[in-house]
Amino acid sequence: MGGYGDIQMIDENGLRMDGRTATQVRPITIETGVVPVADGSCRMTWGTNDVIVAIYGPMEAHPRKIQRQDRAVLDVRYNMAPFSTSDRIRPGFNRRSREISKVTADALESVVLLELYPRSKIRVEIEVLCAEAGTRCVGLTAASVALADAGIPMSDLVVSVASGKVNDVVVCDLNKEEDNYGEADLPMGVLPNSGELVFLQMDGDLSPEEFQTAWDYNIQAASEIHKIMVESLRKGGVD
Amino acid sequence: MKARLVARLDNMSGNSSADGPQDSQIVVPGDNLGQFGRFEAGHGVLIKNNTLLATKNGKLMIDDNVLSIEPLHTTYTPRPSDLVIGYVEGCTNNIWFIDIGAPFNAILPMSLGPSKASFGSTRQVLDIGEAILCRVQEVEETHSSVVTMKGMGLRKISTGSIDEIDPHLIGNLSKNNNKLLREIKEESDCRIITTHNGRIWIDGDVSGIIKARNKLKNLSKNYNLLTDGGNE
Repeated sequence: MGGYGDIQMIDENGLRMDGRTATQVRPITIETGVVPVADGSCRMTWGTNDVIVAIYGPMEAHPRKIQRQDRAVLDVRYNMAPFSTSDRIRPGFNRRSREISKVTADALESVVLLELYPRSKIRVEIEVLCAEAGTRCVGLTAASVALADAGIPMSDLVVSVASGKVNDVVVCDLNKEEDNYGEADLPMGVLPNSGELVFLQMDGDLSPEEFQTAWDYNIQAASEIHKIMVESLRKGGVD
Repeated sequence: MKARLVARLDNMSGNSSADGPQDSQIVVPGDNLGQFGRFEAGHGVLIKNNTLLATKNGKLMIDDNVLSIEPLHTTYTPRPSDLVIGYVEGCTNNIWFIDIGAPFNAILPMSLGPSKASFGSTRQVLDIGEAILCRVQEVEETHSSVVTMKGMGLRKISTGSIDEIDPHLIGNLSKNNNKLLREIKEESDCRIITTHNGRIWIDGDVSGIIKARNKLKNLSKNYNLLTDGGNE
């Protein structure tokens, strides 16, 4: 979020640099069962973002101190591959990946029926192969599809999408330039069937009206994305 | 993290449950399956605010007004008397730890082991990595289980090959009087033992094993064939 609003990213017709309108989402594809050795997996491409999620477990939680007697723990690991961006990323966990792993786990905990697997652990591995913008949203959405693919009981899927402000205009699903040079960013995680909110972050400043518009865009986009998620899960495993 | 209601978007996915749930339809977590009362909740179905919700991705089954979901993918949950194939993961002086594909390793005490082993010689009887055919003796509340090798046919597996399919598909292999299983056995000329944890022991000559494994792989891929008991 550079916050330098002097770069023109929306033309006079309201079209963005990649030709999308303010409410349009980048093209999305979801494929399940892409990691045969995992219990469940999913590959999601969202614009140029490319993320693979693999689920392992439920399994015995180790070390024992992380075990919960009444429920399972979600061990989420979000990682960006060193080659996922034009500037090489130093491999390994860093402050940002720790934060994203934590918020993703928190969001998923509200839907996964963890109480069915006491003392166990469910490993969620999110690997970003190519990053454009909004990788936390892609990771969270793909993780919920992969969990469903693994047969982990969940009360709903989680759809995550971000809207933000670019050149004083609220737009949905920011691309790289908009994310870098825009003025605000509002990623949200929504449960599409119940309409509950499980994840919300905000970077930059939005007026109450802009916040409401970004919120509405996210809710609207979530319904579109949910359709794609459902379609991919329905296709998975059944020819 | 506690969720907060921000919008009522019951038809967000565009799916309507107005026609009611349909048998054999594929459902995903969160799908509304109708009002509780009209139907009852079975496996994989959750009652929330008097509404039935799918919690798993799978095939919806309606049996006597009970809705249940046959998942597309599952992990094995041990039950007493299940026949299982396990791998020795570790051992102490008098206990083996067995991976039976469940969330928790099972234990095989020396007293329930394959032969008389003296204290401290567990590794000479069953070494780490070896496969065994055993039976689940008991499952504790904490999901830990005890397996036994005392019983007819229970032994160490030292020949053939072990293949794995989703545990819930095992029952379908033996549908229609073992039709599918008999077909595979006849085609491959192999001895095949299926177990409740989805592991299948195939014993015979190499070409037969390859044939049987390919057939099982195809069946596992073509989920429809397996769930219909090979009627297609």
